[in-house]
Amino acid sequence: MGEGTSIGKVRGTGSAHSGSHHWLLQRFTAIANLGLVGWLVVTFALLPSFSFVSVHEWIVRPLPGIAIALLIVSTFWHAKLGLQVLIEDYVHEAANKFACIAALNLAIFGGAGFGLFCIIRLALGGA
Amino acid sequence: MAGAKNRPLSPHLTIWKPGPAMVVSILHRISGDGLALLGLPLLLWWLGALASGPEAYATLLSWVWVGEPGSTAKAITSVLGKIALVGLSWAFFEHLLSGLRHFVLDIGAGYELRINAIWAWIVMLGSIVLTAAFWAAVLL
Repeated sequence: MGEGTSIGKVRGTGSAHSGSHHWLLQRFTAIANLGLVGWLVVTFALLPSFSFVSVHEWIVRPLPGIAIALLIVSTFWHAKLGLQVLIEDYVHEAANKFACIAALNLAIFGGAGFGLFCIIRLALGGA
Repeated sequence: MAGAKNRPLSPHLTIWKPGPAMVVSILHRISGDGLALLGLPLLLWWLGALASGPEAYATLLSWVWVGEPGSTAKAITSVLGKIALVGLSWAFFEHLLSGLRHFVLDIGAGYELRINAIWAWIVMLGSIVLTAAFWAAVLL
């Protein structure tokens, strides 16, 4: 980085060349959420009851199982992107920011893995 | 970088007159983070309970919705659970409508002051109407 002229001071401090990818993924996962969570909310409204038998009978079927699995991926992905922006906006100290984003990644992969395991177990008749 | 700490900051929340667009922007962040931090753990609890069997599912219902005779703790959490679920459903509709508004703004439309304010109001009122309609469909 230059020391002298004004242009020298700002050269090389521009785009990180990664923001637009984050931005696009947030939109792509938003579209998936729109369909999948919208479907889940409509399904909740139409379920005959929230008893174990009624919900279980519905969720072990193949299509709800696939939709829930996709929903877990798209919502956790979208949440990761959103919470990362929250951290970047409010956690200013570099080391704390790194720690928060690292913890966020662990929580997102752990949570999504748990959710996918549950739905696979249900679909394969383990519960 | 020399002098970076002394650079002027861009004006923040306190100097602006509150308007519908600002409120919707703040609500978008609150609803999104609420869904991520509270909604997703509840979704996992629900799936985990379903995958664990009727007893675990009954435990979830008793903590979050119905309570249990003789349990003060569950009497309290079942009220909090109802508030949380209604709040989460509102957060979903708010985030959905506000997200759709973002798509429109992304293509460069809807920045005229009057139009922008109208759509911000539609997002705020629409999320309340949809929440009411959802719970009417669930409970009635």
